[in-house]
Amino acid sequence: MGGKGFFVAEKVILTEADIRRAVTRIAHEIVERNQGAGDLVFLGMHTRGVPLAHRLAQRIGEFEGVEVPVGALDIAFYRDDIPTRGAPPVRPTTIPESIAGKAVVLVDDVLYTGRSIRAALDAVIDFGRPRRIQLAVLVDRGHRELPIRADYVGKNVPTSRSEEVQVRLQEVDGLDAVVLVTG
Amino acid sequence: MDVDDFSVADYDLVFETADAMREVLGREIKKVPTLRGKSVVTVFFEPSTRTRVSFEMAAKALSADCTSIAAATSSVAKGESLLDTLRTIQSLGADLVVMRHSASGAPYLAARHLDMAIVNAGDGCHAHPTQALLDLYTIRRHLGRLAGLKAVLVGDILHSRVARSNLSAMTTLGLEVTLCGPPSLLPGSNGDAGWPACPVETDLDRALEGADVVMGLRLQLERQEQGLLPSIREYVRSYQITRERLARARPGALLMHPGPVNEGVELTPDVAHGVQSVIEEQVTNGVAIRMALLYLLLGRGQ
Repeated sequence: MGGKGFFVAEKVILTEADIRRAVTRIAHEIVERNQGAGDLVFLGMHTRGVPLAHRLAQRIGEFEGVEVPVGALDIAFYRDDIPTRGAPPVRPTTIPESIAGKAVVLVDDVLYTGRSIRAALDAVIDFGRPRRIQLAVLVDRGHRELPIRADYVGKNVPTSRSEEVQVRLQEVDGLDAVVLVTG
Repeated sequence: MDVDDFSVADYDLVFETADAMREVLGREIKKVPTLRGKSVVTVFFEPSTRTRVSFEMAAKALSADCTSIAAATSSVAKGESLLDTLRTIQSLGADLVVMRHSASGAPYLAARHLDMAIVNAGDGCHAHPTQALLDLYTIRRHLGRLAGLKAVLVGDILHSRVARSNLSAMTTLGLEVTLCGPPSLLPGSNGDAGWPACPVETDLDRALEGADVVMGLRLQLERQEQGLLPSIREYVRSYQITRERLARARPGALLMHPGPVNEGVELTPDVAHGVQSVIEEQVTNGVAIRMALLYLLLGRGQ
């Protein structure tokens, strides 16, 4: 697999327990920074941002007793690389309620160049004018190409561009792990 | 061109993309920037409202620039040939052309000689692939599946490119299709080439028994001068879809029609606007399907 070298090395950088703790910590940070969970809306970015957003909302429900609405955002229509890379598959976007005046937290698995987040910001703003938009990611692997940073990070992982960070989640992949693939 | 070369996976891709397009059409701001800077030209050598407007709205919702040419007001009226007209449009910088022509096969000719993408919006009696796609998409949305459903196409099958494309799509997707109409308007009776083998039934009551999908087709009044029908009244008596006849289909069966409806001929008004009718939704889904096609065709890597 991988196709880049003769052998592929996989290194686990977050285990199932690590992911659980990171999600719990981020959930607490979000509530703390927003002084409660009252006007939050979580938008998970397809594919793996969506289950992560649900997990964050569930955790906040447990300790804060507030049900945070969760939506799913597809950014295919807003990408800047359609002319060169072709049309990516699109999945429906669901916005659970009006986001006007709300504190929107975008949730994604990996923050890399920042281009997906740029596209996501355009997509969100087409649905209304939130009071603020924040970004939560499970892994920040560096190599930004745009002036974008995350507000909440599970783990910062220094990587080289030839490496690949793969997030695997129970809901999509059948198990929880973050691995660094070199090859 | 046509749906003949579509695989089941191709249909799934188009239908799933159309789901996302429906979401865009349901927004307050029905526009995404995806195809900015692309230009789409519609060239209709035959009259049409819904198909042309549907393509235009689809292009605009994706932020493509859209220009429409009607043959009557273009240089075609001065005698310019089809290919020269299309070459001019290509030189003007179009990325994709949507064309309708009265000659079967015209888009194939165009595609052979031009570099830009061509979408067939209906050619003669041959094919109307985007109509078949939106019909199948509408059925899938309502009944949740396609394979194993029983569909009946009723009326002027012989002249209908809608029927031809639907038959092809339905066969690929595993529906059981029956064609129903007067013998003179069914394929086979005149030794027509190009129609795949398919059960035919001349008795509408029998054909409707247990159907999940009933599709009326427009009686192409402009083509009825060759003595294929004794009279419209005769047709209405035997082949009009009425409430009583529709009751022979499965409860909850869908009533479809590609439009424009000759109300009181193919369908009675109470059926056309009744609870089982999805005719208006077919039109809405048409925009989503055409957006999906434009996205998939124009979004291809260079």
